[in-house]
Amino acid sequence: MTSTRFNNWSAQEGKMDLKRLFKPETMAVIGVSLNNESHPANVIYNKNHLRYQIPVYAVNSKGGLIRGEPVYPKIGDIPAKIDLAIIATKADIVPTVTAECIEAGVGGAVVISGGFSEAGFTDLQDRLVSTAREAGFPFIGPNCLGIFSPFLMDTFFIPGERMVIPRKGKVAMVSQSGGILVDHMAKCALEGVGVSLAVSIGNKALINEIDMLKYLSEDPGTEVITFYLEGFDENEGRAFVLAAATCGKPVIVLKSGRTPAGSNAVKSHTASIAGDYEVFSSVMAQHGVVEATDEYEIVTFAESLSCYKKTINGNIGIITGSGGHGALATDACLSHGLKVPRFSEAEQAELHNSVSPTIKNIASFSNPVDLTGSATDDDFVAAALTLSRNNNIECIIVLLLPYLPGITMDLGARLNFVYQQEGKPIVAYVPHVDKYSMLIDGFTLNNMPVAHTVEDAVHMAEAMRRYRPC
Amino acid sequence: MLREEVLSLLSEASSRGWLMEPQAKEVFRLAGLDVTRFLWTEKIQEAARFASEIGYPVVAKVVSPEVIHKSDVSGVVLGISNDKQLGEAFKAMSTIRGFQGVIVEETVRGTELILGMKLDKQFGPIIMLGTGGTAVEIYKDVAIRMAPLREQDIESMLTSLKARPLLEGYRGAEPISVEALKTMLLAFSSLVMEFENKVESIDLNPVICNASRCVITDARIMLAGR
Repeated sequence: MTSTRFNNWSAQEGKMDLKRLFKPETMAVIGVSLNNESHPANVIYNKNHLRYQIPVYAVNSKGGLIRGEPVYPKIGDIPAKIDLAIIATKADIVPTVTAECIEAGVGGAVVISGGFSEAGFTDLQDRLVSTAREAGFPFIGPNCLGIFSPFLMDTFFIPGERMVIPRKGKVAMVSQSGGILVDHMAKCALEGVGVSLAVSIGNKALINEIDMLKYLSEDPGTEVITFYLEGFDENEGRAFVLAAATCGKPVIVLKSGRTPAGSNAVKSHTASIAGDYEVFSSVMAQHGVVEATDEYEIVTFAESLSCYKKTINGNIGIITGSGGHGALATDACLSHGLKVPRFSEAEQAELHNSVSPTIKNIASFSNPVDLTGSATDDDFVAAALTLSRNNNIECIIVLLLPYLPGITMDLGARLNFVYQQEGKPIVAYVPHVDKYSMLIDGFTLNNMPVAHTVEDAVHMAEAMRRYRPC
Repeated sequence: MLREEVLSLLSEASSRGWLMEPQAKEVFRLAGLDVTRFLWTEKIQEAARFASEIGYPVVAKVVSPEVIHKSDVSGVVLGISNDKQLGEAFKAMSTIRGFQGVIVEETVRGTELILGMKLDKQFGPIIMLGTGGTAVEIYKDVAIRMAPLREQDIESMLTSLKARPLLEGYRGAEPISVEALKTMLLAFSSLVMEFENKVESIDLNPVICNASRCVITDARIMLAGR
């Protein structure tokens, strides 16, 4: 292209080193109160001091002691090099405190304090940004919860015992809103989805989604990146999708604020039809960014894509122990634009030959493959193996009903063997009740996605289709 | 780089904020896109002479700086088949506010599409292709992509339209020239990238596609920065 204007957008902060910010070896919390234990700075100081390994220092201009540890009047007074400063002071002194951090050689900051552009104080925010930018000093926020890094640190001002903490895993979550992030983490915990890093970027005054995308695409601990987005600044959307399309990892987005375009006779038809959300949704799909439409989808998609970093056209094979479940799954596939191709005579004969004599004559093999309530683990494994070797099928959905007498708690781990051997994605549905948790763990612990509704299992397959640019 | 002629067409229209059909069509003709053969005139005799030259039936459309959507003010007459009908259409249009003459143009038959562009705040220039005509905002059968378009974008835009069967020759009709449409989309994409931030939105509606060509029969360019 001859034009450069639309191809040169990039995050201004791309050259900043974010390593000390996200993987600090020392921390300081600035603004710790000497008399209010529920002050956000105190919550952050306490949880890191008590529950994590990184040395954490408290700062307050008055000095003193907290929990028997010294409170330093200024960050420069701490007798150690600080990687990460958490700033939770009053907004008006944040630029000064930031300058002190820069002077003390701190590696980066999380600015928890609110009272910036979100409250109309744009000038104050601009001052903070220009101080940081001049020094190449990265910071998250302001007006944010900051960073949760499993087993390393947590800058959320939420008492530790109130948080629902997901297991450590491969999904990184970025959100403008802190509240939504905490909620998504709870849903990940519920679904057994592991998290590598969770960051609330608040007003994203300096570090925005694009910077996060670049950092996470190079983070070896992250395989899938999710974003909760409220909106991009001018032209940021373009830079974001171009970065997402080339980052090599699945990117999942959930967008709020889908205001209708609104018809206006004076505008062109194009401007009228191509409203903000229509453009957003189309451009994400164009670049293989997976758009979730609600908070459940974002977690389901993340679970699926963290297990299978694959794209499919949408040809699904369904294996079930109940005709009704097979029919529901077929309907859901079709309504999500996936195909459930009917098997040829030869394909059906192959499936017929693979299963045990008990069910040969009562099962149906046309897709869905209904093995009936008399099927055993061996039959499910045999059918999954046969479909794994069928080139017309790209993904297998297995609908497991653990109350069938022939099914044992070992089936998850056995189907995982099939996947390990054949490499074709298998998505399972198992009713999520405590009674069946061992069967579910057989999938989850072996890095296979398991859904707790039939519809969700179909969503997991759909995620792989949406990961394909269109 | 945009050609000098295109830049001057854009700057001449800057106070109005949008290019009327004759100037807009000239922009696309200069960029190598297929545009209907037309004459812009205020004289009925010239209109009639041109009509007989290109052959009836012809289309007549009002040109007015005060009319953005011509159909809304009965400013478009299709299927004019003789001098008398042309004269009547001309006379009726001359009463439309801001009348600055009439476009007389060849009739092109085929499938009506809309090809549009919008300068999106978050994503920059985007391109829209869809089922065209006056009912575009009712059916909203469109595909939207960020510019510049790549080959695969064009393929997927065509695949995703509900009207795809119409392009492929629905119920005995001849299929349209997909090649001509692809060529137009690529040329349009390059042009909108060159507009940078000068143009806010474009409607080419309809673009009429048939077995031999894809031709812009109406065009509107809305300028940015007003």
